[in-house]
Amino acid sequence: MSHDPFSIRSPASKVSFLGAAKTGTGDLWRMRVTTVALVPLAIAFIWIVLRLIGKSEAGVRAEFAHPCTAIFLLLFILASIVHMRVGMQSILDDYVHAPRVKEWAMIGNLLFSIGFGVTAIFAVLKLSLS
Amino acid sequence: MAEIEVNQGQTLEMRRPLSPHLTVYRPMLTMMMSIAHRITGGALYLGTVLLVWYLLAAATGGAAFGFASWFFGSFVGQLVLFAFTFALLHHFFGGIRHLIWDAGYGFDKDWREYLAIGTLAASVATTLILFIAAHLA
Repeated sequence: MSHDPFSIRSPASKVSFLGAAKTGTGDLWRMRVTTVALVPLAIAFIWIVLRLIGKSEAGVRAEFAHPCTAIFLLLFILASIVHMRVGMQSILDDYVHAPRVKEWAMIGNLLFSIGFGVTAIFAVLKLSLS
Repeated sequence: MAEIEVNQGQTLEMRRPLSPHLTVYRPMLTMMMSIAHRITGGALYLGTVLLVWYLLAAATGGAAFGFASWFFGSFVGQLVLFAFTFALLHHFFGGIRHLIWDAGYGFDKDWREYLAIGTLAASVATTLILFIAAHLA
């Protein structure tokens, strides 16, 4: 909490975190960076999926034995975690206004994104390293 | 200036001017592509469940992989994958369009339309090409 003596914000608005949080451009920048990253990574993802189609278990394992499959998938998943979290956040910001619902939705969004990421990363590592 | 007519039952909240909503506009292609970008983004968000399922099934192996493999090869599975592919590619080209805008280009009257048509055409074409390629392979 800032103690700016010249602030015209009321004490009530300060404690309810209204007004500029001074971190507003962080998510905007994260979205730009992950969008740039995901252009080549999405192409790599599609390429990997095309190679996996119709493969047997042994065939899939053989694909994952190649380091490029794991590395590009991991990068794709990593960029996606941030991209999907920020993207869903902007949808929630636009459409969900009830304070309690919005807080839970934001928590759910963050946990879902991390849950997806960790699970996917674990599966890729298990496939590639075992 | 003429007085704004206010009915007796109206509250101050109801009298507040609203910024133009979707319903006052005639549907336009640029608007549709913007809405589609958001919808495909949301769909891909949920679609991550499919990716996690496949990866976990492959990592587990045995019956789990057999079931996932069977599902994605089934008619319903193929339908889901077709929608997922289209959503991914539409969002991909929509994302490139946004990068072009972020760089400061493509805002004029003609280019807005070209980019909207391009997003739609490229996503439909690449989805079909990928599906045909996947089925021929």
